[in-house]
Amino acid sequence: MIHTLTMPKWGLSMTEGRIDVWLKQPGDRVEKGEEVLDVETDKLSSSVEAPFSGVLRRVLALSDETLPVGALLGIVVEGEATEEEIDAVIDSFNAGFVSSSAETEASGPSAQKVEIGGRLLRYLELGEGGTPLVLIHGFGGDLNNWLFNQPVLAAERRVIALDLPGHGESGKQLRSGDAEELSLAVLALLDHLRLDRVHLAGHSMGGLVALTVADQAPARVASLTLIASAGLGQEINGDYLQGFADASNRNALKPPLTQLFSDPALVTRQMLEDMLKFKRLEGVDKALQQLNTALFEGGRQKLDLRHRVGRQPSLVIWGSDDAIIPARHAEGLDAQVEILPGQGHMVQLEAAERVNQVMAAFLKSQP
Amino acid sequence: MSTHLSTDQLLHAYTVMRTIRDFEERLHVEFATGEIPGFVHLYAGQEASAAGVMAHLNDEDCIASNHRGHGHCIAKGVDVFGMMAEIYGKKTGVCGGKGGSMHIADQEKGMLGANGIVGAGAPLAAGAALASRLKGSQGVAVAFFGDGGSNEGAVFEAMNLASIMKLPCLFVAENNGYAEATGSGWSVACKDIAERAVGFGMPGVIVDGNDFFAVHAALGVAVERARKGDGPTLVEVKLSRFYGHFEGDAQTYRGPDEVKNLREHADCLALFRQRCSAEGWLDAAQFERIDGEVAQLIDDAVRLAKSDPKPQAADLLSDVYVAYHS
Amino acid sequence: MARKISYQQAINEALAQEMRRDQSVFIIGQDVSGGTGSPGEQDAWGGVLGVTKGLYPEFPDRVLDAPLSEVGYVGMAVGAATRGMRPVCELMFVDFIGCCLDQLLNQAAKFRYMFGGKTTTPLVVRAMYGAGLRAAAQHSQMLTSMWTHIPGLKVVCPATPYDAKGMLIQAIRDNDPVIFLEHKMLYSLQGEVPEELYTVPFGEANFVREGRDVTLVTYGRMVHIALEAATSLARQGIDCEVLDLRTTSPLDADSILESVEKTGRLVVIDESNPRCSIATDISALVAQQGFSFLRAPIEMVTAPHTPVPFSDALEDLYIPNAAKIEAAVLKIADKRNAA
Repeated sequence: MIHTLTMPKWGLSMTEGRIDVWLKQPGDRVEKGEEVLDVETDKLSSSVEAPFSGVLRRVLALSDETLPVGALLGIVVEGEATEEEIDAVIDSFNAGFVSSSAETEASGPSAQKVEIGGRLLRYLELGEGGTPLVLIHGFGGDLNNWLFNQPVLAAERRVIALDLPGHGESGKQLRSGDAEELSLAVLALLDHLRLDRVHLAGHSMGGLVALTVADQAPARVASLTLIASAGLGQEINGDYLQGFADASNRNALKPPLTQLFSDPALVTRQMLEDMLKFKRLEGVDKALQQLNTALFEGGRQKLDLRHRVGRQPSLVIWGSDDAIIPARHAEGLDAQVEILPGQGHMVQLEAAERVNQVMAAFLKSQP
Repeated sequence: MSTHLSTDQLLHAYTVMRTIRDFEERLHVEFATGEIPGFVHLYAGQEASAAGVMAHLNDEDCIASNHRGHGHCIAKGVDVFGMMAEIYGKKTGVCGGKGGSMHIADQEKGMLGANGIVGAGAPLAAGAALASRLKGSQGVAVAFFGDGGSNEGAVFEAMNLASIMKLPCLFVAENNGYAEATGSGWSVACKDIAERAVGFGMPGVIVDGNDFFAVHAALGVAVERARKGDGPTLVEVKLSRFYGHFEGDAQTYRGPDEVKNLREHADCLALFRQRCSAEGWLDAAQFERIDGEVAQLIDDAVRLAKSDPKPQAADLLSDVYVAYHS
Repeated sequence: MARKISYQQAINEALAQEMRRDQSVFIIGQDVSGGTGSPGEQDAWGGVLGVTKGLYPEFPDRVLDAPLSEVGYVGMAVGAATRGMRPVCELMFVDFIGCCLDQLLNQAAKFRYMFGGKTTTPLVVRAMYGAGLRAAAQHSQMLTSMWTHIPGLKVVCPATPYDAKGMLIQAIRDNDPVIFLEHKMLYSLQGEVPEELYTVPFGEANFVREGRDVTLVTYGRMVHIALEAATSLARQGIDCEVLDLRTTSPLDADSILESVEKTGRLVVIDESNPRCSIATDISALVAQQGFSFLRAPIEMVTAPHTPVPFSDALEDLYIPNAAKIEAAVLKIADKRNAA
C-alpha cells in the first residue's frame, strides 16, 4: 500500500507551510502517530505525524521549501511496492493536485456561526460518532487554541470547539462577564446542537467554564478534562492578565504573551499581529476587562470549584512551569493528574502530541 | 419714517460699529510703534457691512472671513480682549498667539476663521451650511470676501455648489474698490460683482455699504431666504476702506483726497448717527455713552495685551494634531 | 477569520458600517453615487471604480455627488468637519489635488495650530494613487511624500484589505484630517477581513515578513513587490525582513530602527519620485539615528525623477519591481559577505 504524506492544514487560516527539518530519512520505519518532519507556518511550528505506519520511501520536499496545504511531502509504503509503482502514484498525485487543493479549500471544514440569545457564537465541528467532546479555550483565546488537538481527537469522535462570548468571532458583548454567563453560552450551544451529554475539555479560564457547566448541569457532562485550569485555587498571574488586557500594540503585548509559552521563540511577530487583530475588534477590550474584573480581580481567582472535580471522571493536565496558574493547583484533586515537565501554560499547543495521547486514552476509557 | 429695529438693536449696531472703528483706529496708531508683529489689514470704513450682516445672525450661524477680518470677528461676538492679545502675539490671545490678525477664529461664536488665503473661506462657509442641513439645524453660513476674492475660482465653485444644493449660505462681496493696489473697475470683468449671481442661479443684490440700514434690510431678505431652504444670495456691498491694504501701505494708487472725502461724506458711523438723530430714534447722550464705554474697552484691551505674557517654547510644538503617535 | 473580501470591498464595508454607527459621517465627491441629475438610475457608478457602490441606496441623504469642483467640495468637507460632521471626501485620483491643494495645505492642515488648538477638523480625504494602469502622468502619481511633508495631516497608505478597513475606520473616527490613499492596482486584492468593526492604529508599522539579513522598508502596493523579492531572495539564502509602514505620518521610526539594528542593512522601496521622498526621509532617519547599526550603505529603490509615462514599455520600467529590489539587496548583502 502506497501512502502519500501531505502538507497538513492546522487551523482555519493555514494555507502553506515551510519544511523545517525531516526527522525521518528515506528507508526509516515510521509508526502511525510518530513525528516524521517539522513544519513551520506563519503562526506556529509543529511536527507532522504519520497518519499510517510503513517505510518512508521518498522525501519530496526539501528543508526551507514552502509548500501549499495538501502538497505532497513524502511517500510511505506499507508492505511492498516497486519504484515504478511509487513513481506512478507521485505522477498521478501531482497531476491532480491543483484541482484537489482548490476543492479542499472549498469543501474543507469550516467554522459555523449561530445566533443564540441575540449573540453570535462560532464553533467548529470535526469528526463524528461517539460521545461528543467540547473544547473550551481560555481568556483571550479562541477555537484555534485547539488546532493541534481537535483534528487528532476527532479521529475517534465528534469534537466541537467554540469561541466563548467576547472571543474569536463570537459576539463581543458580555452582560456580567462571569463564569455563569460563559457556561450558559456553552449549554446554549449544546441545546442548539441537541447534545444531551458531552465530554468537556477546558483550558485555563475554559477549565473554569467547564467546571461551572458541570456544576450547573452535571447530568450533561460525561467527563472533565482540565488543562492548566482556572477555578482550582486562588493564585493567578494578575500582571499577565492586566498586561494582556491592556496591551494595544506589538511591543506591549509581547511580554505577556511570552509568559504563556515555555519556548519564547514561539511568540512570533505574526502571532502578536494575529492577537492584535483580535484585540482591535470592537468590544473586545471591554469584554476582556469585564472578564478580568468578574473572574480575576486584583490578580486573585474569585471562584474555587475544586469540590466539583471527581463527580465526573476527571483528567487534569498541567505544564510544570506554568507561569500563569501554578501547577500545584493540580495537587490533591480526585482526578487523573498529568504534569508535563518543562511545559508552560499553552501546553496543549506546545506539547500537543503528549496532550493528545493522554486525552485520547482518557476519553477512550470512558464508558 | 420708522424702522423695524428696536432701540436695543440700534444701540447694539452702533456699539459694534464704534468698537470696530476704535479697534482699528487704535491699531493704526499702535502698529506704527512697532510693537505689533507681522502685518494687519484694517476694516475701518466698512463697519456697516459687518454690523448689518451680523445683526441677523446668532451663535449657531457661521461666517467665514478673510484677511480683513477684525470687523467680522467683533460683529460676530469674538472677545475683543482676546483679539487684541492675539494681534499682539500673546499667549492670552484667542488663538494663543499662534494665528495672529489673519487667523482669528472662534467656533463657539460661529466664527470659522479669518483667512489669509483670498477666497478660501467661501467653500468653508458652504460646508458649514451643509453641516447645518445634515444636522437638521436652522443655522445659516455667510462667506465674506472682497472684490479681489470675487475673482477667485474657490468663490465661483462655492457659489455653484451652494446654489445646486440649495444650501443655507450667503455670499457677501465687500467691494471696497481695491484688491491690494489693483482697482476692481479693471479686475472685475462685469460692471457689478452682483451680476455674477445670474451665472450661479441665485439672486444678486447691490447695497450701499455706507448705509447700515440698507445692508440690514438686504441681508434680512437674504438670510430669511436661506433659512427657509430657498438657497443662497450674492450680496455686493459697495463700501470703502479708510486705510491701505495693510498698515504701511502708502496708497499711492488711490486718488488725491480720496480718503479725506470718504471720511467727510461717506463715514458709515457718521451717517448712522445722523439718521438716528434725524429720525429721533437715538439721542446724542446715548451715542456719547457708548463712545465712552468703547474707548475705555479699547484702552483696557491694549493695556492688557501689552502686558500679557508671550507663548512659551512648549507652545511651538503643541496643537498640531489632536493626537499623534510618534 | 476565514472570510476573504477584496481591498475595494473592505473600503466599502468600512464606510457602510461607520455610516450606520455615526450619523455625522457623510460622503461627498464626483460620482460617489453617480447619476445625480441624469435621466437614468442613481448610484449608477458608486465611484469611478465602484468603491462606494451601494452606499447611496442605504444613505441617500449622506452620499453626495459633487460637480467637478474640487476646491468647492473639498473645501465644503473641510468646513463641515469644523462644524461637527465627519466627512469622507473623495478626490478620485490623487493627482487632482492640483486643483484644490489650498483647502488641505492652508486650511484643514493648519486650523488646529493656527486657531490655538480650539478647532478640530475630523476630515478624511480618500484618493486613488499609483502607477500600473497605463493611466499616464496625470492619473498615476504617488504623492505620499508631498502629503507627509505637511504638518497637521495624517497620511495613510494601506497595503491589504485588512488594513484598508481598519485604517479607514480609524481615519473616520480620528479627530485630525487624514489623507487616505488607495492604490488602484490593489482594489481586487483579496484578503481576510473581519466582519466586525475594528480599528488599526496609525503610526504602527507591520512586520509582514521577519528576516535576519536585510530590512526592506516600504508601504502601499510596494509591500507586495517587496514580499515577492524577499521570497526570491530567500531561495538565494538571503533572509529579508519586510516592514510595511502603513502610515507615513505618523511614522513608526522605532520599528524601522529596531529592524535595522537587527539586520544592519536597509533597502527603502518607494513608488514615489526619488527627491525629497519617503525613501530619502527614512534613509536620513536611519543615517542619523541608526548609523552605528549599519553594516552597508543604505539602498533606495524608487521611481525615477520623471512623470509617470503612458506606454506600457515605459511604465513597466518606471515602477519599482522585484528584480530591482533584489539587485539592491544583493548589492549590500555582498558587501556584508565581503567584510
